[in-house]
Amino acid sequence: MIPNTKFVAAEPQFPTPCRKPVQSTSLCGKTVIVPIRQVECSTPKIQLQEVSLSYQTDTGSELLALDRIDLDVHPGEFLCIVGPSGCGKSTLLHLIAGLQKPTSGRIAMDGDSVTAPGTDRILIFQEHGLFPWLTVGQNVEFGMKMKGLSKAEREDRTRHYLRLVHLSQFKDSRPHQLSGGMRQRVALARALATEPDVLLMDEPFAALDAQTRDMLHDELEKIWAETGRTIIFVTHNVREAVRLGDRVVLMSFRPGQVKKEFVVDLPRPRHLEEVEVARTAREILDQLRDEINKSLEAEYAHERS
Amino acid sequence: MSVANHSDLSTAVESRAIGVRTDHAAPTRLQNRRTTGRGILRRITNQVIFYSVLLGLWALLAKLRIWPPYLFPAPWAVASALWAGLQDHSFLIGIAVTMKRMLIGYSLSVVLGMILGLAVASNKFLEETLGALLVSLQSLPSICWVPLAILWFGLTEKAILFVLLMGCILSVTIAMEDGRKQMPKIYTMAGRNLGASGFRLFWYVMLPASLPYIVSGLKQGWAFGWRSLIQAEMIFLTIGLGQLLMMGRDLNDMSQVIAVMLMIIALGYLVNRLVFRTMERTLQSRWGLAPNA
Ligand SMILES: Nc1ncnc2c1ncn2[C@@H]1O[C@H](COP(=O)(O)OP(=O)(O)O)[C@@H](O)[C@H]1O
Ligand SMILES: [Mg+2]
Repeated sequence: MIPNTKFVAAEPQFPTPCRKPVQSTSLCGKTVIVPIRQVECSTPKIQLQEVSLSYQTDTGSELLALDRIDLDVHPGEFLCIVGPSGCGKSTLLHLIAGLQKPTSGRIAMDGDSVTAPGTDRILIFQEHGLFPWLTVGQNVEFGMKMKGLSKAEREDRTRHYLRLVHLSQFKDSRPHQLSGGMRQRVALARALATEPDVLLMDEPFAALDAQTRDMLHDELEKIWAETGRTIIFVTHNVREAVRLGDRVVLMSFRPGQVKKEFVVDLPRPRHLEEVEVARTAREILDQLRDEINKSLEAEYAHERS
Repeated sequence: MSVANHSDLSTAVESRAIGVRTDHAAPTRLQNRRTTGRGILRRITNQVIFYSVLLGLWALLAKLRIWPPYLFPAPWAVASALWAGLQDHSFLIGIAVTMKRMLIGYSLSVVLGMILGLAVASNKFLEETLGALLVSLQSLPSICWVPLAILWFGLTEKAILFVLLMGCILSVTIAMEDGRKQMPKIYTMAGRNLGASGFRLFWYVMLPASLPYIVSGLKQGWAFGWRSLIQAEMIFLTIGLGQLLMMGRDLNDMSQVIAVMLMIIALGYLVNRLVFRTMERTLQSRWGLAPNA
């Protein structure tokens, strides 16, 4: 169902994200300061200050899911967040989306505190969250309808974004008639159609087959380059993070903290199979290993009990 | 716990993903249709056999005259009673009056039940107090409301409707409340995320998301309401199917009693089939719910 067309990115001009000097880890493990392309920085697009969140567990105890997270996301940046499962990645995105409130700390967008969901930040859920009572086309239209766009414009954009994810012929299908990968693409189209400033993506491609994912990587990179959107992309696939991100933030497991940041300075467009991408991913994975082990141990401890 | 197995998350994810088929929906659907097609044929055959045997046994017992015919009428006596009742319009009038009551009472119950259900679901205090009360009230057979209805309304149409309402409304209310509480959280989150809030969140997201619960509440409400109504009619003795039943008893006409019982069953079955099965089917095919969900 995916047309056999090649996606020749028409030499998109990749933006140079505005960055503060970022401390990062070089490939040989020494900490270096990465050269900055553009020193002068406006206010961060998204800013997290000392953000913590604890969940009330069933047993009544408190689970500290996020612990004093400090994070600046710059306008137009493609930020990837990696971490073992259960480290609070989804929670972090929900907080930025305004669907949850932090226990303490402050989240700001363009300098203003985030208190509620807004169509300037659209989240693509890990489990797509399409509405089963609507057709694919109506799902894509939903956000635009809530924004109050005219019928004509809604139809226009629906057509455009469905074509972008190669699902034009499924406009009148129901979500349950599509495969998991197709549903995730509908969710992508639905988010893009509202044209948000910030796109929050929660492991959106985890369930996709390799070809579809490669295609969507290219597509997403192109959309990002053309529109200058800010993207926060959560994944547990380090290679994917390196493939896409300007910067990769590594989160630790329980408590969820920012363990390390890596600036990915490889030229774009990149490919998942590139040696450089693999090498950088390897480097990050070395750091991630401890956290994965911690998360697995927690899982097994739970199973044993 | 070895690290090596998990040393490269990315390749692990890739190899898992390669096996994913991208369109598995179509073949499954076709398969389903074929098996249900064959299943329906088999079911009809079975039912024809079952009812033939049942009717044969009944005819045999009646022929043997173990019991006198006024206590145990033959199938043909019931058939002729049915025919006579339809001929002189008494059954038709009974059906019309009963159905009219049902429609009025049921519509009222649905509207009030939904409002009540929404109120209970949207307010923590009401949920913990009124919600719990409603659940316990549902264990009360609706016939228990008859004395109260008579004292309040006398032997009137209103009293019958009241009993019907009490039998029906709680199912709708509780289903509505269940729908609000049990529908997957992701739908409201997705709705809020896409800019819906307040009334629009309710109207465009929460209401449709709880539709499966609402439909099952409507169905159960109808079944309970139908029983309550017939019971009430038997006591109040105004025109209607319940009254026809009692009339058969008063005239010692067992054929009429059974004929009316058959009509009550048939009407209940028809409404269920035509209205509620259709609703459920539509929902299933649109939402992709499992046929027995
Ligand atoms: N609603 C909740 N109630 C209690 N604990 C939760 C809830 N949601 C998530 N958690 C816990 O918080 C931690 C972080 O969850 P999550 O953000 O989903 O992690 P990730 O997306 O990185 O896998 C996990 O340990 C999870 O068990
Ligand atoms: Mg998650």
